[in-house]
Amino acid sequence: MRAAASDLPILFEDVCVMIGATPLVAALDLLISAGRPTALVGPNGCGKTTLLRLAMGLIAPTRGRISWGGKPQVNVAKRAIVFQRPVMLRRTVAANMRFALASKQHGTDRPDRVADLLRWVGLAGLEHRPARRLSGGEQQRLALARALARDPEILFLDEPTASLDPASTKTVEALIETVSASGIKVIMATHDLGQARRLAGDILFLVGGTLREAAPAAQFFANPATPEAADFLQGNLVV
Amino acid sequence: MTEALTLILAGDRTLYQIVALSLAVSATASLMAALVGLPAGAWLALSDFPGRSFLIILVNALMGLPPVIVGLTLYLLLSRSGPLGPLGLLFTPKAMVLAQTVLVAPIIAALTRQIVHDLWHEYRDELTAMAVGPVRRVTALLWDARFSLITALLAGFGRASAEVGAVMIVGGNIEGFTRTMTTTISMETSKGNVPLALGLGVMLMSIVVLINAIAWGLGRWGTRFSEPGRDLLPLVYSR
Repeated sequence: MRAAASDLPILFEDVCVMIGATPLVAALDLLISAGRPTALVGPNGCGKTTLLRLAMGLIAPTRGRISWGGKPQVNVAKRAIVFQRPVMLRRTVAANMRFALASKQHGTDRPDRVADLLRWVGLAGLEHRPARRLSGGEQQRLALARALARDPEILFLDEPTASLDPASTKTVEALIETVSASGIKVIMATHDLGQARRLAGDILFLVGGTLREAAPAAQFFANPATPEAADFLQGNLVV
Repeated sequence: MTEALTLILAGDRTLYQIVALSLAVSATASLMAALVGLPAGAWLALSDFPGRSFLIILVNALMGLPPVIVGLTLYLLLSRSGPLGPLGLLFTPKAMVLAQTVLVAPIIAALTRQIVHDLWHEYRDELTAMAVGPVRRVTALLWDARFSLITALLAGFGRASAEVGAVMIVGGNIEGFTRTMTTTISMETSKGNVPLALGLGVMLMSIVVLINAIAWGLGRWGTRFSEPGRDLLPLVYSR
């Protein structure tokens, strides 16, 4: 059962991440609230993954402050992430699920929960297969099921369909829509503008580690507020 | 050589007694070394403290610890006038187990550290995102590295069973009590009793080959969990 306290909204106040003298993310002020998926878009190296990791609480800002539901970082129990290249544990599909469930301590409902989640992501029947022998699309779906096993309030997805074929992409996108419809806040980084258009309610457009535009998806695609965003949407190179 | 094979095939009591004692001593020493080396190696891989690099270098260096030095040190400690003399362990199989444990523990610790370190590098993000605690992290890494670690344990057993200098010094090579394959081969060769030495040599080599075969087989079987399937390999290597 989900605790009453919420990790939303996520508030970034003057957040900066530096590697040496190089800023990966600079002077970021941002509020991410509950609702439809938020998509982080922008050219490669613009800070999408860094922002996801900050919001997940995996890395700390060099400067500034992040709060979850008005509180500073306590733990990541209500958050889950699917990395761009998810690492499968060297176990079977079911054992990967059991490991994720154990970290949430679901107790006696665990076998049913494993079966339910695997059925939901279309991996029923593959329980005993070594997870690393699954195809790329199947591994992505297992990573999604593993993340959902933790019953998150917020789900972070880092390029969830990068390197997947159109059929697998369609399957994963359908799963993301269902997850979002169930009330889980989805925050995803994507370089696929079509995907952002299909899934996102809000867009965060980043260039060079700075937030250039935050807008509802419909407004961003129809009428971008910045010249960089307009260029990016037209397929021009933005650096 | 014919005489040596006759001793083996006829089930010569002396020969098999020596083989049994050797295996018992080496197996016990390997088990004790594993109890020390596995957690120590995992701790070295996952912890961060001042002097850690020095400790890693030291453990790695101890892999090449000269057996006669270990034998001499333990002899001084266990001899009647030594600090551990009252235990009465000198010239007993227990002293031989102790000597082999000292030799094998650094091997297992050093190999475990490297194996767990490499796997942690791979798993770090996922386990951190799942909020896996330190104890479960160690057990998960040791479990998922089990096939590589079994190879490390077998390498330790191989080192123990082939060792002669330390067990000769602390065991005393007493007939029917502390005489092992290696000490017997050394002594019988110097006496000119080549058939028994050869027979034991054949047994020792067979054991070493068997250990390597087991290690290879387990490694092959373990790749089911750590590598993509054969059907996926072309996709992986063509990227």
